[in-house]
Amino acid sequence: MKKNIIYELNALYREPMQVVGYEFGAGEKSVCVVGSMRGNEVQQMFACSRLIERLKQLEARQEIAAGKSILVIPCVNSYSMNIGKRFWSTDNTDINRMFPGYDMGETTQRIAAGVFAVIKEYGIGIQFASNYMSGRFLPHIRMMQTGFEDIETAKKFAFPYVVTRNTRPFDTTTLNYNWQIWETRAFSVYTTDTEEIDRQSASDAVKAIERLLNEEGIVHSTVNGGYHYQSQVLCDDNLLSVRCREAGIYENRAFVGEEVTKGQLLAVITDPYEGGVLEELRAPADGTVFFQHKAPLIYADTAAVKLVYLSAGS
Amino acid sequence: MAREIKSELGSVCEVKLPIGETLAIKRNRILPVDTAQGKRKRIGIVTGIHGDELEGQYVCYEVLRRIREQPECLTGIVDVYPAMNPMGIDSMTRGIPGFDLDMNRIFPGSGDGAMTEYVAHKIIEELSGADLIVDIHASNIYLTEIPQIRINELHSDVLVPLACHMNVDFVWVHASSTVLESTLAYSLNSTGTPTLVVEAGVGMRITKAYGAQLADGLMNTMRTLGIWQGAAYPAREPIVDARADGVVFFNAPKAGIFVPEAKHWTTLERGDVVGRIVNPLTGDVLAEITTPERGILFTIREYPVVDEGSLVGRLLKR
Ligand SMILES: [Zn+2]
Repeated sequence: MKKNIIYELNALYREPMQVVGYEFGAGEKSVCVVGSMRGNEVQQMFACSRLIERLKQLEARQEIAAGKSILVIPCVNSYSMNIGKRFWSTDNTDINRMFPGYDMGETTQRIAAGVFAVIKEYGIGIQFASNYMSGRFLPHIRMMQTGFEDIETAKKFAFPYVVTRNTRPFDTTTLNYNWQIWETRAFSVYTTDTEEIDRQSASDAVKAIERLLNEEGIVHSTVNGGYHYQSQVLCDDNLLSVRCREAGIYENRAFVGEEVTKGQLLAVITDPYEGGVLEELRAPADGTVFFQHKAPLIYADTAAVKLVYLSAGS
Repeated sequence: MAREIKSELGSVCEVKLPIGETLAIKRNRILPVDTAQGKRKRIGIVTGIHGDELEGQYVCYEVLRRIREQPECLTGIVDVYPAMNPMGIDSMTRGIPGFDLDMNRIFPGSGDGAMTEYVAHKIIEELSGADLIVDIHASNIYLTEIPQIRINELHSDVLVPLACHMNVDFVWVHASSTVLESTLAYSLNSTGTPTLVVEAGVGMRITKAYGAQLADGLMNTMRTLGIWQGAAYPAREPIVDARADGVVFFNAPKAGIFVPEAKHWTTLERGDVVGRIVNPLTGDVLAEITTPERGILFTIREYPVVDEGSLVGRLLKR
């Protein structure tokens, strides 16, 4: 293992921020894994730390294929993590909205450019990502539809779901999108949580990556446990949003991953002062709970639950 | 000519908040009270998409004050939307509080997305079809801008002539970029509602002179559109720049404290000092920022703390 400084940013009163990369094996730049880019992505960094532990073992056992190199960057934004801010500490910009970056531009553009210059060379790019919407997800692999998305490789993670999503204008500055444009096979891995550590889901994700590395001939190891799914491939149309009309105290009545039937109670919204039920959210069709709102309060007109909904024939 | 005007207070959309409150994006529609036939011209004055940009608050007030002073001159519809992001304005938050989302990156929104997308969708529905929308921004808390209008090159044919009535100092026609497609202005311009984006002043402040300048410009523009019959205000001729490399960006080469040297909206010669980045701990000058060529400084940094890369100024090459 080699520990490299991928990018360094100097500050006036703080220690320089170093983006550190851990390189395993040597030779062809096969896989790059990126962890947290936002200050609240603790689970994403944690999952990377578990992956680094595992790769150290594989390297010691000489189970990394000759001529293949793997790079893991657990954290791109330690400055924000250290002060408990989600976005860049001074100007509140989001590094994951700055790719491919610009080395003569503003601070987060420079960080993105410095990191991207190193990681764009890899054949496969994996990012532990978090969603803008806060809530609980079923673990899934996500890709933007750019024309370069590689669904067959995505299935090799053996995650329950692979989700492809239409690209919208603001997506064009994310890492996943730019990796694809630079012809890296890019995958975003979503585990259940962001701000809390979930050991099980981090471990499942690490095993899924190891499984992919085996399938791609980058490591030769035995993966015990973890996911063994035939991934179901979903697009936006297969996710059915259940929206609330009311606002108030929000409580889920189903769990993420639960198979629900049409009409089943998914969540209730109660009056914050008097406790009475304001609205019951019910499943509009048979499906599996893919996403649910997590915060105790909810605004009206919010997609509180998303169901995996498979129309006839699929 | 109308003798009286009326004011209709309404809202673009309403969203229930969790505890005993409804969020409403408010609109004041001012129009003449008469029975004249035919479709009236309509202008929309929009501001407060970024909750920390407050220069537009004064502009809205000032335009309404002038209309109320000479109600007989109003012949069209003036819609004023001073707070597109009311919770942001209330809480000194640039984005939408609770979502940490830049409201000017979610357009055109959608009728069945998150609450924020629903709001964006309703805003587009509301503004579409106006003869002109003017979206007033105030840079951010870091930079001061000379009153200017920014135009995506894709829409310059329609917008540059309109911008020239607005009494701004500078019209910047810039290259299009995909990410800007999620702004309010892009969404409206690309669907046939002409929309001008004004940047003036600095975040969290009101610069009264700029506000008055923009109010003059809006009255002029309304006059041109046939919405206002009052006397013309003298409108300055803006510098219109559409060169691909017409603007020099000054980014801080070092982290430190930026101390400006040059004055805003003055012509600088090649080699003039824009400002210095200093270290208050050691007393060192860490960097001196000088101009590579002659030009006018139209952006200058207001907020002293800079990171490597922070923008400290922009120069329009002359
Ligand atoms: Zn703004």
